[in-house]
Amino acid sequence: MRIVIAEDAILLRAGLVRLLTEAGEDVVAAVGDATSLVAAVEQHRPDLAIVDVRMPPDLTDDGLRAAISIRGLWPDVGILVFSQYVEERYAAELLAGSVDGIGYLLKDRVADVSQFVAAARRVADGGTALDPEVVSQLMARTAKQDPIERLSPREREVLSLMAEGFSNQAIADQLVISTGAVEKHIANIFMKLDLPPTEHGNRRVLAVLHWMNQ
Amino acid sequence: MGSAGTRCDTPDTLPTTTDDRARRPHEVGLSPPIGRQQASYRRSTTPLSVEPVINDLLSPWRTNRLPRAIGLLATDLVLPWIPFALTIALVATSLGLAVTYPLATPFIGLLFVVAAAFGKLERSRVHAHTGADIGDPGHPRTTGSWWHRIRTLLASKSRWKEVAYFLTTPIWATALGVFTFCLWGASIFLVTLPVVAGRFPSGSAELGLFNVGPGLSAFAAGALGLVCLVVVAPWCTLGFAAARREVAAALLGPGQDEALRRRVRSLETSRSAAVDAAEKERRRIERDLHDGAQQRLVALAMDLGRAKERFETDPDGARQIIESAHDEAKAALSELRDLVRGIHPAILADRGLDAALSAVVARCPVPISLHVAVADRPPAAVESAAYFVVTEALMNAVRHADAGRVRIDIARHGDRLVLEVHDDGRGGADPSRGTGLRGLEERVAALGGWMQVLSPAGGPTSVLVELPCGS
Repeated sequence: MRIVIAEDAILLRAGLVRLLTEAGEDVVAAVGDATSLVAAVEQHRPDLAIVDVRMPPDLTDDGLRAAISIRGLWPDVGILVFSQYVEERYAAELLAGSVDGIGYLLKDRVADVSQFVAAARRVADGGTALDPEVVSQLMARTAKQDPIERLSPREREVLSLMAEGFSNQAIADQLVISTGAVEKHIANIFMKLDLPPTEHGNRRVLAVLHWMNQ
Repeated sequence: MGSAGTRCDTPDTLPTTTDDRARRPHEVGLSPPIGRQQASYRRSTTPLSVEPVINDLLSPWRTNRLPRAIGLLATDLVLPWIPFALTIALVATSLGLAVTYPLATPFIGLLFVVAAAFGKLERSRVHAHTGADIGDPGHPRTTGSWWHRIRTLLASKSRWKEVAYFLTTPIWATALGVFTFCLWGASIFLVTLPVVAGRFPSGSAELGLFNVGPGLSAFAAGALGLVCLVVVAPWCTLGFAAARREVAAALLGPGQDEALRRRVRSLETSRSAAVDAAEKERRRIERDLHDGAQQRLVALAMDLGRAKERFETDPDGARQIIESAHDEAKAALSELRDLVRGIHPAILADRGLDAALSAVVARCPVPISLHVAVADRPPAAVESAAYFVVTEALMNAVRHADAGRVRIDIARHGDRLVLEVHDDGRGGADPSRGTGLRGLEERVAALGGWMQVLSPAGGPTSVLVELPCGS
């Protein structure tokens, strides 16, 4: 896949380029500020843009704003927001439109190379990758604590992984259970949260996130 | 969890960041309707420049200052004579008995007591009529022998100023009052002249050198009366009330010296508190870095060094060491992240208290309801102080008080930010012992704010803070 990287820390930018190139991906541009990010995306139309939140020119949330405008202009470009901190508020703003091809991860996650590359590929393919910390913040902040408390611990685990954007198969692998068991848990979760049970894939993630954010 | 206050910025209602940013200054520019009215009024009057002058001349009528000033001057005709009578009687008695000093003492004591009591009444009366908040002059409070006390009182300037005030005020205040009401009366009389002039027995009104009969002269007198009534009398009244207020402030209030001395004292305290707080914070950061991330990086470098040594001879062992080094590096990252967030969370500057505290609340193991009603963001220093008050109070509630629920309310009332952190824990928090709360108090004081901790043993605990947001 073709990737544009926007990250102002030179060491990390170089490291990301090397890591992704070694993983067999094609990094078409690596820039250091939000303005050049939008220009690079316009020029290359990559499959994925990896975007740091805090970048020049303002050094506040420039990357996030650039990501949101890229989403509006070129919706088929996957966006992986990559940040020193994850903030529920930023996640909410980022996920306001749709969750297709959106990721939001802590920079620390790059330490687990294979998981990071898998998350990047998932986002480039139109999937979702939310940091477990984002999901736990969203879960803690939802006004509907009662239904959450009705979930069993296992169901809560499944809900978190679902919100992070993993497929049934990936959830099953991580929890070392069968996909059938995962499907059963998911059906229970949707029933307990009063959500329509027919949702699949990204629409399912979206349903869960919107439910948390209502 | 009733968290309606923070739930408004969910994806459904918050379209984009850029919109939010664009909207804020726009709203600020439009929000005060008074400003807008003034602006349009100025525009319409540019060609005709007398209108603002007339507006200024009539300004006393537009506020409630005028009736309040009249009230002050009217009550001045009677009320000050009461303390005057008492004071003069006591002064006379004291002077008469001065030869036999011990006999005069109780009367001098009584004089000061009376002066102090009426001083209090007078300050609140002037405050009610003019809005001038005259502070207590701060009389010397002394202990020791009665002789020492009497001497201190006798030497106290503020006490004698009060006595002087009560001895002089009724005389000139009554004069001012009489003059004012004569002015009003005369103005009203002149205004009625065009109507009544013809009905006088002599056919005209004799006013000193002028003899005003019906017709033109009556109308001229009426016009003069109207000007007096509408412009001169109100301004005179306000001026006299202001003079009255100034005298009261000078004699009953703390002198300018005393006021400045107090201000300097409070600024000195808050400044040294701010310096102390900054120093403590630097030490804490140094300690945290030294104990945390630095140690982990040392361990990491060591592990990697060992792995390098073993690489040729024992690849499996080297792999294990690298794995542990990897974990060490991740832990160091996570610790650094927490530390940096503790110094200043980036989201606080970007999105304000609500967003920053939402994240704190989300990380907290105890259920918390958070309500933030802050439409206009306060200055950064205030936001940051508020943030740290809440996080520290939360930490206390969770770590020391074993709280089961916490409620956080933050609201902006005009130029003040008010916040309360309430928990149902075991209470007994004492700022004079706990360094955390003490540090917060210093931080709040440095900003000119105010903090109170209500924490009876057995709970519940409330931390109340008020911070000024003025520029």
